[in-house]
Amino acid sequence: MNRETLKTLAWNGVWKQNTGLAQLLGLCPLLAISSNMVNAVMLATATLIVMALANVAVSLLRRWIPHEIRIPVFILIIAGLVTVVDLLFNAWFHGLYMVLGIFIPLITTNCIVLARVEAFAGKNPPLESTLDGIFMGVGLLWVLALLGALREFIAHGTFLGGIDLVIPGAEAFQILSEDYHGFLLASLPPGAFILLGCLIAAKNWLDERTSRIAASSPAPAHQHISQASGQI
Amino acid sequence: MNAALRSSLRLAGILLAFVLPFTALLAAAHRLTLPAIEASLAAERLAFLNEVLPQEYYDNDLLADILVLPPTPEFGQSAESQVYRARKDGKPTALALEVIAPDGYAGRIRMIMGITYDGTITGVRIIEHHETPGLGDYVDLKKDKDRKRPWIRQFDGMNYPTVPDAQWKVRKDNGRFYYRAGATISPRAVIVAVHRAVRYTVLHRDELFGEESAK
Repeated sequence: MNRETLKTLAWNGVWKQNTGLAQLLGLCPLLAISSNMVNAVMLATATLIVMALANVAVSLLRRWIPHEIRIPVFILIIAGLVTVVDLLFNAWFHGLYMVLGIFIPLITTNCIVLARVEAFAGKNPPLESTLDGIFMGVGLLWVLALLGALREFIAHGTFLGGIDLVIPGAEAFQILSEDYHGFLLASLPPGAFILLGCLIAAKNWLDERTSRIAASSPAPAHQHISQASGQI
Repeated sequence: MNAALRSSLRLAGILLAFVLPFTALLAAAHRLTLPAIEASLAAERLAFLNEVLPQEYYDNDLLADILVLPPTPEFGQSAESQVYRARKDGKPTALALEVIAPDGYAGRIRMIMGITYDGTITGVRIIEHHETPGLGDYVDLKKDKDRKRPWIRQFDGMNYPTVPDAQWKVRKDNGRFYYRAGATISPRAVIVAVHRAVRYTVLHRDELFGEESAK
């Protein structure tokens, strides 16, 4: 694998084909759990681990998976890995496990995991597949973290609420005054949709601006990246 | 054997070959995490009990001194429920028990409460409820915006024998509990359930402490 491939994988996962902003896959956990940053980051981390492991497992086993039954086998692999992650969270992050609840097992049905396995890991070598899983996970992670932080700030005026579930004894930062009455909409699902819409708009605006600048200057430095292929 | 059948059998065999190692993986993960999961569950339950029943009330193993009650309408329970019994130096000091208020604004409100032997409430906490976010959900300490004077803490230290039955109401109904405008159904439900439970507990305390522990 050369540096070009690495760059392409990273660029696709983190920005261009971002799961939360471009592919828009797996919105159920995205919207349900992103009501604060800690929950969002931890669920995204669990998803990232599952994606990386599922990609490497499928990539290693791809020679032995017959085309006709590839989906059942993929789901078997993903469900097995998710269950392991679920047990690990239950054992070592119990407080958080109670908060994330059903959304950890539901990673199995998160179509982004199956999509990466089907579109990428089933056709590519293990190293690239692992990196694809990790970068796709990182893309999801930063979007979820940003969305969670925004929703938490608008809804409660705090930052890192619920951090004590991860680091016992740590406390959230109260940014707005204690008298802030909160803005309920932001912590409810409609608020998640509205803010996600704003984030997508911001990404599209940035992309458009970049391509306008690229079009006006004859030799842009990163053109090869935006023409990268290999995604669904 | 025709080709279609052979192909199906082959695929089934391959699928089985994938199932076996993953089953083994799950079994291994389960065995590995089981002790940690059980420990965190016990710690969680104890931490929860300590919310309503501070540690200075007991020196016994609270999670082992359990009485299983038949369905008790006074606690709002239509199924079996558990009572945790606190003792200090062998003497009964307090009980922690689960109470259900059946008539919340949106269904049942489950709570846990601690009551000392002489009928003083050591604490009440909501475990599960579906009250309206931002309106009736202030009965839940976690949702209560008033950090300095949370609603649910009004129960702390109330001694049943010295508070007349007629006062176990919100002020609107001439009782002693304050409430917040716009949402009286949730606090009413909680107060009625707590009152009924504490009265029953005081009347039956010797039975509740006396019977053999289930474990």
